[in-house]
Amino acid sequence: MKQRISGAEALMRSLENEGVDVLFGYPGGAIMPTYDALYDHRDTLNHILVRHEQGAVHAAQGYARVSGRVGVAIVTSGPGAMNTVTGIADAMVDSTPMVVVCGQVGASVMGTDAFQEVDVIGVTQPITKWAYQIRRAEDVAWAVSRAFYIAKSGRPGPVVLDFAKNAQTGMVDYEPAKFDFIRSYRPVPVPEDEVIRQAADMINQSEHPLVLVGQGVELGNAREELRQFIEKGDMPAGCTLLGLSALPSEHPLNMGMLGMHGNLAPNVMTQQCDLLIAVGMRFDDRVTGKVETYARQAKVIHFDIDPSEINKNITVDLAVVGDCKQTLARVLPLMKECKHKAWLEGFLPYRDKEQKCVIDSAIHPTEGPLLMGEVVNAVSEATGHKAVLVTDVGQNQMFACRYFKYSEPRSIITSGGCGTMGFGLPAAIGATFGAPERTVCMFCGDGGLQMTIQELGTIMEQHAPVKIILMNNNYLGNVRQWQYMFFNKRYSFTPMLNPDYEKIASAYGIPSRTVVDRKDLDGAIKEMLETPGAYLLQCAVKEEENVLPMTPLGASIDDMLLEIK
Amino acid sequence: MKENFYTMIIYSENFAGILNQITAVFTRRQVNIESLNVCASSTPGVHKYTITCNCTEEMAKMLTKQIEKKIDVLQAHYFTDDEIFILEACLIKVSTPHLLENKDVSRIVRMHGARIVEVNPTYSIIEKKGMTEDILSLFQRLNELGVVLQFVRSGRIAVTKSTTERLDKYLEEMERMRSHPQPLPKEGEKRG
Repeated sequence: MKQRISGAEALMRSLENEGVDVLFGYPGGAIMPTYDALYDHRDTLNHILVRHEQGAVHAAQGYARVSGRVGVAIVTSGPGAMNTVTGIADAMVDSTPMVVVCGQVGASVMGTDAFQEVDVIGVTQPITKWAYQIRRAEDVAWAVSRAFYIAKSGRPGPVVLDFAKNAQTGMVDYEPAKFDFIRSYRPVPVPEDEVIRQAADMINQSEHPLVLVGQGVELGNAREELRQFIEKGDMPAGCTLLGLSALPSEHPLNMGMLGMHGNLAPNVMTQQCDLLIAVGMRFDDRVTGKVETYARQAKVIHFDIDPSEINKNITVDLAVVGDCKQTLARVLPLMKECKHKAWLEGFLPYRDKEQKCVIDSAIHPTEGPLLMGEVVNAVSEATGHKAVLVTDVGQNQMFACRYFKYSEPRSIITSGGCGTMGFGLPAAIGATFGAPERTVCMFCGDGGLQMTIQELGTIMEQHAPVKIILMNNNYLGNVRQWQYMFFNKRYSFTPMLNPDYEKIASAYGIPSRTVVDRKDLDGAIKEMLETPGAYLLQCAVKEEENVLPMTPLGASIDDMLLEIK
Repeated sequence: MKENFYTMIIYSENFAGILNQITAVFTRRQVNIESLNVCASSTPGVHKYTITCNCTEEMAKMLTKQIEKKIDVLQAHYFTDDEIFILEACLIKVSTPHLLENKDVSRIVRMHGARIVEVNPTYSIIEKKGMTEDILSLFQRLNELGVVLQFVRSGRIAVTKSTTERLDKYLEEMERMRSHPQPLPKEGEKRG
C-alpha cells in the first residue's frame, strides 16, 4: 500500500524496515528535515545524541561489532560528514557493517560551494563498500535497502548515504523495498567440491598444521564450526587481534595471539609448521612481519569470503573462497580424526619461556609502580573473563588484548587495521547499546582518552554503563617505546601534561577513583564493577613501560624480542 | 618480476561515479593508466571500460580482483595483445600549404594506409585507424617534416578472441541466482 510522505519520513520507515532500533547522531542544517521526521519516531528509533560526529561513527562501530547488527550513524553535511571519515575508514579496514546517513545541500546548489557543502561521495568512495547520493525522495527506499544489504552481506563494511536536502523534503509514494540480490555483486562465493576435497587432503596429510583464526570467524558466526574443525584435526590455533574472541582463550588448542606483540609460541611455530590454515584473516603486516621470510616452509590454505584477499600479501597454495561457516562445515566430514601430540608439545617450551620472561613479571609484579598488564589481568579476572573488552589504541591496547581473557563471542572491540586513537570511549558507548546485558570494560591511555573525551557527555546523558579504565603514564606510550627502541630515546613530543581526570569525571557525574598502590587495585576494581553505571578508574601506571614481546618492524615474525637491552 | 603490457576489459552497471572507483584502484596500486576508453557495451545498461597499463601479471590479477570487488562492477579481466583484437584511431591536422609543397606528405599518408578526410586552404585532416605502432609511426614521419598542427590518438578499444562471451555467461548465471537468492547472513547470534 502506497502512502504519500516526505523523503525524510521515508528514511525513518526504511530504517524501521531494516530492524534498526538505535541511531547515533548529531543534527545540523542540511539534515534538519530528517531530524524533524525522527522526532515522530522516538518510540521506535532510539537516537543517541553524541558530542562529536566522530563519536557517532565509532559508537555505531562498537554497536555493530558487539551485536553483529548494522550500526547506524546520522550526521549533517560538510563538517558533520567529514568528521565521520576516520570512523568510516576504520570500519572499512576492520570489516564492520555500518550505514552512515549524512545530510547534503539541495540538488539545485550542488557543486556551487554552497554553505556546508563537501563532495562526500568523492571523499568516501575509496573507504566505503558503497557510497551513494540520494537526490530524489523516490530513491530513499531503494537506496536504504540496498545500503543495508551491502553493509551486512558478504564481507561486511561501511556504506554512506549522502542525503540531499531536496530529497528529504520532497514527497514520494512510499513503498518499502527489500534487497537480497544485486547482479554485479556476489557476496558469498561458493567453492567447488573439488576445492573442499583438496583442502581436506592437505589437512589430512599435514603433520604440523597451524590454524590462523581471524575476525571472519566471528563475522560469519562460525565459532562452533571452527571449534569442531580444530578439535577433529587436533590442530593448534593462533588468533589475530580482531579474532581473539573467536576461540575461547582457555581452549587447549588456542596458542594465543599472532603478530608483532602477540605470543611467542604461535609466532615461532608459524615458521615450523608444514601447513598454515588461515580462516577469515588477511595476513596483515602486523601479523606476518617480514613477508619474504613468512612461513616459507609451509603450504598455505586460505579460507576467506573476499576473493581480493587471496594472494594479496601471502601467496597461497589453495584458496577456499566462501563463507567459513559453510566451508569449514563442508571440510569437516572429509577430515580424519588426528592426534598431533608431539607437535602440540612443541609449543610448550615457547609458552613457558614467554610466561617466565615476560608474562609473570607483567601481570604479577611484586614491587615498583603499577603495570598495565596487571591492571588488565585483574579486571579480566574480576569479570570472570566474560566482559566485553573495548580498547583505545597504543600500549593500552596491546596490553589489554594480550592479558584479557575471552570466553564469550564478540568480546573484543578494538581498532585493528586503522589504529584509530580516540576509538575506545565512543565504541564502548556503542557496545553498551549493542549488548546491554554485558559488562563493557574500556581500556585507554591518557592520550587516546583525550581525543574523544567529549563523549563523557553522552555517557552522562544516556547513563551508558561504560567501565573506563584509564592507564595513565603521562606519555604517548607506544610512540615513546619506539622512540626508546629506534630513535635513540629522543622523546619528541611524547611526554604529556595531564589534567585532573577525576575532576573531569565528577563534572560529568561519573564516579571515579585513582589507584596508585598495588594493594588498592583489587578493591578499586571491585568498587568499579559494583557501582551501577559508568565509572572511571584511573591507574597511575609505570611511566616508561614497554610492550613485550615484540617483533621489530621488518624482522621475521619469529624474531621476537623478549626483553629490550 | 617482469612487466607486460596488459589490456583490461571491465564491465559495470551504468551508474555515476564508477570510473572514479576504477581509476582509484590504479592510483592506490601505483600503476599508470596508458589509455582508457569508456562506452556503452552491447548489453543494455552495461558499460565497458578498456584500459591499458604496464605491470606485472601478479599486479594485473590484483588490480582486476580489486576492481571486481566494487559493488557495481560486473566483471574485470586482463589480456595480453595476442588474446584480443585491438583498434586505435588518430586524427592529425596538418598545414595545407605544406601538404601541397612537400610530396613526402602524401606519400607517407598512402604508405600508412591513412585517409585525408578534410582539405581546406589552411589545413587538412588525416585519419588513421590501426595499431599503436602504425599510428605512432605515421605521426612521427609527418612530425619530422614539420607539417603537424595537432595530433590526437584515441584510447585502445578491444574485443576478445575467445569463442565464449564471459559477460553473457556471468549475467545468465546471476539471473539464475536472482530467482534463488542466497540467504542473508543471520544477525548476531543471541548469547546464552
